Amino acid sequence: MKGHPCPQTVVGGTMTTADELREVARKCRVHIVDMVYRAQAGHPGGSLSEIDLLTALYKTQLNVRPSEPKWEDRDRFILSKGHASPGMYAILAEMGFISVDDLESYRVLGGICQGHVDMKWCPGVDFSAGSLGMGLSFGMGTAIAARLDGSNRQTYVMLGDGEIQEGSVWEAAMASAHHELGNLNVILDRNRIQNDDFCETQMRMFDIPAKWKAFGWNVMEIDGHSMESIVEGLEFLAQSNDGPSILIAQTVKGKGISYMEDNPSFHGAAPNDEQYAQAMKELGVSA
Amino acid sequence: MTKMEATRDGYGQALLELADNEKIVVLEADLGKSTKSLHFRKAHPERTVSCGIGEQNMVLVAAGMAASGYIPFASTFAIFTERAFEQMRNGVARPNLPVHLCGSHGGTHTGTDGSSAQSIEDLAIYRTLPNVTVIHPSDSVSTRVLTKQLASSPSPSYMRTARNKTPVLYDDVGEDVIQIGKGIELKNGSDVAIIACGVLVSEALKAADLLAEEGIHATVVDMHTIKPLDSKLIDAVSERCGSLVTAEDHSIIGGLGGAVAEHLSTTDGTPLERVGVNDRFGESGQAHEMLELMGLNAAHIVLAAKKSISRK
Repeated sequence: MKGHPCPQTVVGGTMTTADELREVARKCRVHIVDMVYRAQAGHPGGSLSEIDLLTALYKTQLNVRPSEPKWEDRDRFILSKGHASPGMYAILAEMGFISVDDLESYRVLGGICQGHVDMKWCPGVDFSAGSLGMGLSFGMGTAIAARLDGSNRQTYVMLGDGEIQEGSVWEAAMASAHHELGNLNVILDRNRIQNDDFCETQMRMFDIPAKWKAFGWNVMEIDGHSMESIVEGLEFLAQSNDGPSILIAQTVKGKGISYMEDNPSFHGAAPNDEQYAQAMKELGVSA
Repeated sequence: MTKMEATRDGYGQALLELADNEKIVVLEADLGKSTKSLHFRKAHPERTVSCGIGEQNMVLVAAGMAASGYIPFASTFAIFTERAFEQMRNGVARPNLPVHLCGSHGGTHTGTDGSSAQSIEDLAIYRTLPNVTVIHPSDSVSTRVLTKQLASSPSPSYMRTARNKTPVLYDDVGEDVIQIGKGIELKNGSDVAIIACGVLVSEALKAADLLAEEGIHATVVDMHTIKPLDSKLIDAVSERCGSLVTAEDHSIIGGLGGAVAEHLSTTDGTPLERVGVNDRFGESGQAHEMLELMGLNAAHIVLAAKKSISRK
């Protein structure tokens, strides 16, 4: 086992635990829609596709201290798809790194919730992202540093599927396998949509699991919206320690809001008043 | 006989001398033999990270290590650092992580590989990044001293070294004379001040000797740190000499000449002539042939000095 003992929740795949995770994810979805609606800008689609994964990761695996965000031996989480920041701010608020009030500073001058996640601005953010294709390389650096320190701490990097069209991702994939970084873990949010349209129309990626396997990675495919499947995947990451490992999570962009689901228009667009009201209704928030 | 050494050798030596600090790590992109980080690799393979031929990845791996308390020195050819410019901008400079990027084989002086390998824009581009110190030392001794100083800097840096040997200028000088951000006056004349960096500092000294034969007394400054620029020293030599020349193996756009011109635009506007690569690319040639072809050697600095004096 390379993972830390779970600091927050005992994960046994019981319905109760999975239900708790689903409830946290629901609250996070409310935060996400609130943030983007208030700012009338931002990226709801990719935040909603990643949020079940982030919730399970933070609540069951990540060894971090919300009251001590710079704790040196913390696990690192790098949101490489840094524009999907509302999702990360939402889980940081649910974890207690920041307050729910802080979420109101999203995209506001001087606010800690910058448009894209920024380690200089927001507690709990380990990398200043926003330019795609950079997080895996940075994560490789934090993983090598952990190994040099003789520490068991883990690095988790979340990539988007559109993002892996960036060539530098594959430089990092090749180098991480070369260095046999068993403490480096990637979660790929395979939501099949990028800025302009479906990935399939912008740049076909063919067999993504085969690509990572060919680069020397341990690969597992999961349902990125099933808490049971996600928890199982995170266990796979924890137990794969002979090299870098990746979970390819099949997700739905905009998951949880009917009109945003699988809709390229909501990659980077905010809901209007009517759409906001409908979203809140769908998320079980009474008017 | 003048002792000749390449500045890249001073860099390699500095890394070895820094190795007692266990936080020092070295990153390579398959050019360790050329940048001279190979000596560190040989002595400390466990603290040397091979990134293969992948500069974009290398710069950000260094950033991740810097964010975890390490002091990374990453090097490749100056020209290849440029393909990782955005990584340097977004992943290093913006979060102000102390990554030290070294580009060797800079300038047309690098010679016969030709224009694809002759970076003439590196100083200009890195100078635009907030938080980044930009250094181009003139000899192996100052390269060694400045590299060692970088290890205790809390911010990132870019340093250009040169492939080919140049005269050793600081063999008999105390190391305290060489400080990041402080230009060094190598000659103290009152007719014109030649502010040079890198391989052109020794050419500037030759130019000063040639000028002296004609009764013209030149100040020569080794402005090894392009950013932050030692503007106090520029003001002092401007006042004393009343005319200036900058000299660099770099585009006349945006490098040392650009930085000095920007500063002068905020002061009295002392006449300035810029010796540099005149908005063109190089070609294959020996180092001394390139300095002649590009108009960078002592003879050209002399002409520029006379022109600057005539504009007083």
